Formats: sequence, C-alpha cells, structure tokens
Amino acid sequence: MSATVLSLRGATKRFGGLVAVNGIDFDVTEHEVMGLIGPNGSGKSTTLNLISGALKPTAGSITLHGTEIAGLAPQEINRKGVARTFQLVRMLPSMSVLDNVMAGAVFGHRRAWGQAARDKAMALLDRVGLSGRANNRIGELTYIDTKRVELARVLACDPRILLLDEWLAGLNPSELETGITLIKSLRDEGRTIILVEHVMDAIRSLCDRCVVMTSGTKIAEGTPAEVLNDPEVIRAYLGDDDA
Amino acid sequence: MNLSRDDIPALAFSALLLGLAAMLPLTGSSYWMGIGLSIAMFTVLSTSWALFSGPTHYISLATAAFFGLGTYTVGLGFESLPFWLLIIIAAAIGAALAGIVGLATLRLSGVYFVIFTLGLAELVRQLTTWVQNLTGQRGFYVLTDIGETEIYLMLVGLAALVFLTGWLIGRSRLGFALRIIGDDEEVARHSGINTARAKVLLFMVSGLVAAATGAILAPRYVYIEPSLAFSPILSFQVVIMALLGGPGRLWGPLVGVIPFTFLWEAISSSFPNQTTLVLGIAFLVIVYALPRGFVGLIEDGRHRLRAREGYA
Amino acid sequence: MYIIITGLLLGGSYALIAMGLNLQYGVARIMNLANGEMLVAGGFVAFWLYTTAELSPFLSIFLLAPVVFALNWLIYRIMLLPLVRRAKTRGQLEVDSILATFGLSFVAVGLMLAVFGGDYFSYSYLARSVPIAGDTFALNRVSAFIGAAILCGLVYLWLNRSRVGLSLRAVAVAPESARLVGIDVAQRSALAFGLGGAITAMGGALVSSYLTLDASTGVIFTLKALIVVIMGGVGDVRGTIVAALMLGILETFVATVIDPGLTLAAAYGLFILILLFRPQGLFGRASA
Repeated sequence: MSATVLSLRGATKRFGGLVAVNGIDFDVTEHEVMGLIGPNGSGKSTTLNLISGALKPTAGSITLHGTEIAGLAPQEINRKGVARTFQLVRMLPSMSVLDNVMAGAVFGHRRAWGQAARDKAMALLDRVGLSGRANNRIGELTYIDTKRVELARVLACDPRILLLDEWLAGLNPSELETGITLIKSLRDEGRTIILVEHVMDAIRSLCDRCVVMTSGTKIAEGTPAEVLNDPEVIRAYLGDDDA
Repeated sequence: MNLSRDDIPALAFSALLLGLAAMLPLTGSSYWMGIGLSIAMFTVLSTSWALFSGPTHYISLATAAFFGLGTYTVGLGFESLPFWLLIIIAAAIGAALAGIVGLATLRLSGVYFVIFTLGLAELVRQLTTWVQNLTGQRGFYVLTDIGETEIYLMLVGLAALVFLTGWLIGRSRLGFALRIIGDDEEVARHSGINTARAKVLLFMVSGLVAAATGAILAPRYVYIEPSLAFSPILSFQVVIMALLGGPGRLWGPLVGVIPFTFLWEAISSSFPNQTTLVLGIAFLVIVYALPRGFVGLIEDGRHRLRAREGYA
Repeated sequence: MYIIITGLLLGGSYALIAMGLNLQYGVARIMNLANGEMLVAGGFVAFWLYTTAELSPFLSIFLLAPVVFALNWLIYRIMLLPLVRRAKTRGQLEVDSILATFGLSFVAVGLMLAVFGGDYFSYSYLARSVPIAGDTFALNRVSAFIGAAILCGLVYLWLNRSRVGLSLRAVAVAPESARLVGIDVAQRSALAFGLGGAITAMGGALVSSYLTLDASTGVIFTLKALIVVIMGGVGDVRGTIVAALMLGILETFVATVIDPGLTLAAAYGLFILILLFRPQGLFGRASA
C-alpha cells in the first residue's frame, strides 16, 4: 500500500447557521486520482477550498504528509506543494499568456526566476497545447484556452497535489478527450490529483477512488463503479422515487 | 545584472533629464525655483505613492501624516543632530509607521484603508497639537543655513533614487508579485505569494520617501506648526497628480505633476478660494475622462498610430 | 452621568447621519465620501431658513428632505450608475466611487465656500436649558436628540415593515438574487442613495441647531459616520444606533476629561480597535 499524502479528519465548515461541510474524513494516497463528487451544493468545492486554504475550517484537521495545514494561508499551503484551479477560471487579465504561467513558476512550490522560469512556462504552454500563444493577451483567448492557461499556471507551481475544481466542465467532446488524456499524463508523472467533477465519463475513466458528498457529509467512498451503483448515492443524485 | 537593449537608452535619457533638472538653479529666477521645488517635491511624493498604489489599487491618503512626521523630526532635532542624519531618522520613522499601519489595514478592503489613512494624518495632527499645547508651544522655528538651492538639489537626488528603486522593483520578483496582486489577489495567494508582505513592503517604501521629503523641506518652512505640516490637502494633491498622470507606469505620475503644479500655482495665486473646487473637478475629470491618466491617452495614441502604420 | 447624557444626545444625531451613509453603502454599494457635505448643506439651509424666515429647523427638514432626496437620486442616476455599469469588479467600483465621491465632496465644499464664504455659521435656537437627572442640558440638544430618535425609529420601521423596505434589505444582502425575484436593483439603489442623502441632510439640520458648522467641516462628519457604520456593521440599523451612541459618549468623555481637541483622535482610536479585533462590526458575524 502506498503512502497517505493528504488526510482530512472531521473537517467542518460553518457559515453562520449553515453547515457547508460537516465532519468529512478521507485519505488520499500518493499517485492517485481521487474524485470528489456529489450533487450541486453538497460541499465539494467548499472542501476543496478548505484544503487549498481559501477558507479556514471551523473544526477538524487536514494533514499533508502528517503535518497540519488546516488554517494556514493559501500561499503557505501552495508553497508546501498543493496547487489549484478555480471553478470559475481566474486569469491575470492585464498580462500576457506567458506571464500568467510564469506567475506559478516564479512563486509556487519550486521557485524559479528569469530565464529558468520563462523556459518552464514555455514548456508547460507546449504541454497544454498552447505553444505559439505565449505573447497573446488573455482577452484574445477562447474559454477552453483560458482553462489551459490556468492549468499551465498551476502546473508551473510544480505541485505534488493538484486540486482541479470542475476543470473539465464546459468542454466539448473532443476537448474533453484531450483534457482527460492530459490529466492522465499528469498522474503518470507521479502527481496526486483531487478533482471535483460532474462529468461522469471523466470520473469513470480517471478516478481511482471517489468520495461522494451530499449536504456536506460523506455518504460513500470507493472505486467509481462501486459508488455509482451504491443505492444511497443514486438516491442522493436522483431523489427517493427513483431508487 | 543583465540590461536589455531597451534599458540602456532609457537609463541614459533619464540620467540626462535628471542632469538638466539639476541645472535649474543656474537660471537664478526665484519664480522658476519655486515651481521647480514644487515639481521636484510632488514628483518624489507622487511617484513613490504610485509605486504602492499603482499595482495594488489601494488609495493611500496618509502622505500628509508621513510628510508631517518628517518635518517634525527635523524641527525637533536640527539643533542637536546633523541634517543628513535627521533625514535618515525621518525615513526610518516613516517606514516604521507605514509598516504598522500596513500590517493593521492592508488585509482589509480598500474602503477601510482609505478611511484609515485619511484619519491617520488627522490623528497625528491632533496628537501633535495636544502634546504641543501641554508643553505650551504652538510650533517650532527651523533656522538652518540650508537654502532653496540645496533643498531643490536634495529633492532631485531623492527623485533619482525613487525612480531607480521603482525601476529595480519593476524588474524584481517583488514587482512581478505586485502586478499579479493587482490583477487578482486570490490567484496571487494561491500561487504562493505572500500578498500581505508584498503590500506592506511597498507601503513602507512610500511612507519612507514621504517622511524623507518632509524632512528635506522642513528648513524651507522656517516655522512649522501642526496645521501646516500635516495639511490634508497635500495627500489629495499627491493622489490627483499620480492618477492624472497614470500610476501604471513609473514615469506616469511625472506627466501629471508638471501640468498640475502649473495649474495649481496659477489658481492659488489668482483665485485662492477656489482651490478646493479645482481639486474636486480634478477628481471628477480623472474618474470620468481619464481613468488611466495621461499615460492611457499617450498609449492609446501610440497604439492607433502603430495600427495605422500597419495598414499603410 | 452628565457625560453619558451629553454623549447620548450627541450620539443620537450621529446615529441619524450614519444611518444615511449606511443606506447608501449597504444598499447602493457606494461609499459616499461626500456624505458630510450633504450634512453641512442641510445645516446651511436650516440656518438660512431660520435667520431669514424664522423657520424652525424642525420644520425646515420637511422642506429639505424632498429636495436633497431628488438631488442625491440624480447624483446616483447620472454620475454613479455609469460607474457601477462600467466596473468589472467590486474593487474597481470601490476605487471609482471613492474618487468620484471625493470629487463631489470637494466640488460641494468649493461651491459652498464660493456662495457662503468660509465663515462659521450658527444661530441661537431653543437656547434654554432643561434639567435632566440633576444636571441641566441645552434644550436644542435635547430636542435634536428627540427629532433624531423619531426619524431613526421611522426609518427602522419602514425598512422592516414595508414592502419597499423589504426589497431594499434584499438588495443589501444579495443584489444578484434580488434581481432574480424581480427587484429593479438600479432603481432601488437610486432610491436608497437618495434616501440616505436626505436622512443625512435632515441630521445636518438638526445638528446645526446646537453645533457650529462651516463649509469645510463635512469631512469630519463623513469620517465619524464611516466609523459608526463600520463599527455597527454595514446594513445593520441597530448596530449603527448602538455604535453612534457609543461614539457620542466616548467623544464627550474625551472632550470633558482630556482635551476637546482630541475628539477625532479618540474616534479614530476606537476605529483602529474595531478594525483590528472586530472588522465585521460589533454585531456582525464573521463572514467567509
């Protein structure tokens, strides 16, 4: 059995009276792709936000290689090797594509500067299929290309754990296929990936394991085949009548 | 350090301009000397203000607080310590105060920061007045043998330092971090940038420079009192000049300082009661007509010119 | 005891002024830095009507309110709405509205200086004393407090009981969702902005019956109102009232015990403490 990289124990987030994430426990092992799935509003993105440090957990612990990271600032968590994309793509609109990617290379987990950072950014642009667009402005890109830039920026941080928040949402079938191949290649080079996703095809073909959430709690955990046949999961997605 | 092909002419040109500026006292005209002093002072203040506010979009109205602390440092110490040392002490005080204020407020939203800095000058002024009342003073005489020419040359030197600092920051990781923060602070934080530290550092630079400027100008005032040293209008003038020029470029504020100084001199000598109105109109012009300052106009113009050449 | 009552009397006016600003910031999302000038303008009008027509400030507020409402409504529609529409982010709107309302504030001060000159203005209205709890207080302060309390109460009831009040609160909490249930957010924002201005100007008229004002004092009141709003919590009427009364008492305490020149410094000190320890306001919940 391979080593546990990240584990959540009783992770909880309350917004006033609303409990968005309620005592979630799970472990992520090295080199695995873990899917975080569930209906809208079930707390998946909030969980991701707790891991990346965008939100501070109200209670519970989150450990990275045994070190507590719950409550650290996002930049500290990022520097420890956890990087993320955003549900709504976030770009640096005043900068060129290359500078957007260099942002990750210069300040992320492994830091580079000058020519080294530029080379790294160029290589990653190549990898996500944007070679030749380095000097474009962000405003000139299509939606899918902004997603590519964001992924390249996140990869430039050289993360050990990659958090993808619905990165495959809104892609057409052929783009989706490219996207899935890309994520697979990331796993193959030894990165650990947590993805929040709705696209079932992607979940089936990518995830080693899934955690299913509904109303802030974990209701199932296992391989995609296991959890997608779990009656409770079906009920959570489709309601009682169809179960 | 590696300089790119464009850097060398730009540096040479800047050095030439500074050299020319330094020759102003040779004209011997007191009108030009007065204008020159104002321009040098506001260039230093607006440029250092824009180093912080340009990328971060935080509007600081604390210039008067730092400036006043600088003049008071000299006012209190000119009899016992050498002038150059007082400038350094003033700069250190300015940087320290900016650091404290920055740590307390820069994690909050922009509105709070504006109010905080606006109040800061007023707070320091009231406290100074109160302390002076307790000791039975109204103000100080600053009697030195430092004349306008020396003050002017020191300001030009300080301006050179500010431009050099700005240029170096622009090429550094810190400068890159600030540009990222200006675009999207959330992305910056999630890319591993300690945004609070970057912002506080730059705010300290602007506080340091403003305090040093206040110290350098102290001998010119001869008599300093709180309402003069901590005049809130100064903070507003600095903001207007920097925004009018365009805080997105290092040389942007300078483009605003020169015309506004002339305008200000003209208005305050012919219609001294209308200066507030001028400030107000300037703010409205910036928001509604020149959101990117003169720099924006110049760059759009260049863009259009280049586009036309491209089609020709 | 004397300090507490004087402080409460002062705080009553602060509450009214800050309530105006809070409506503007909470609903219309514009931090109106020209708010203090509305106050001074209200004071000016009350002064002018009293000295020329012997009209009591308590009556002139009824003349004042519709005019100032219309003025602020127009300001929002003509000057601020374009900024709201052009802003791509909340931050950009913040910067633009700060600069624009600073501009308005300076223009207003400049115009008032040009029209009325830079003199202080004050008039003597109800300058008798009334005994309360063993001390005597100026009747104009007491009556201004009662006026402010009535107006605050009316605004509070209106916001909480009427349909329009409900829609304003909806816009304050969630402008996007308010739009989905059919509320015209731009129109409601203009309404709130106008109303906020009118409330502040009425506060100015009441204050002018016992405080000396001049054309450039507006900014001091803006600063105090901002402190109250932040302390009480944006969009929180009860918080605003409590914070305003606290500020009134603190200022009176500092002015009587230490030095009248330090009132703003004291208010500002309070503001720093709030920012450091409760940036969400006295009664606000920690937000995400």
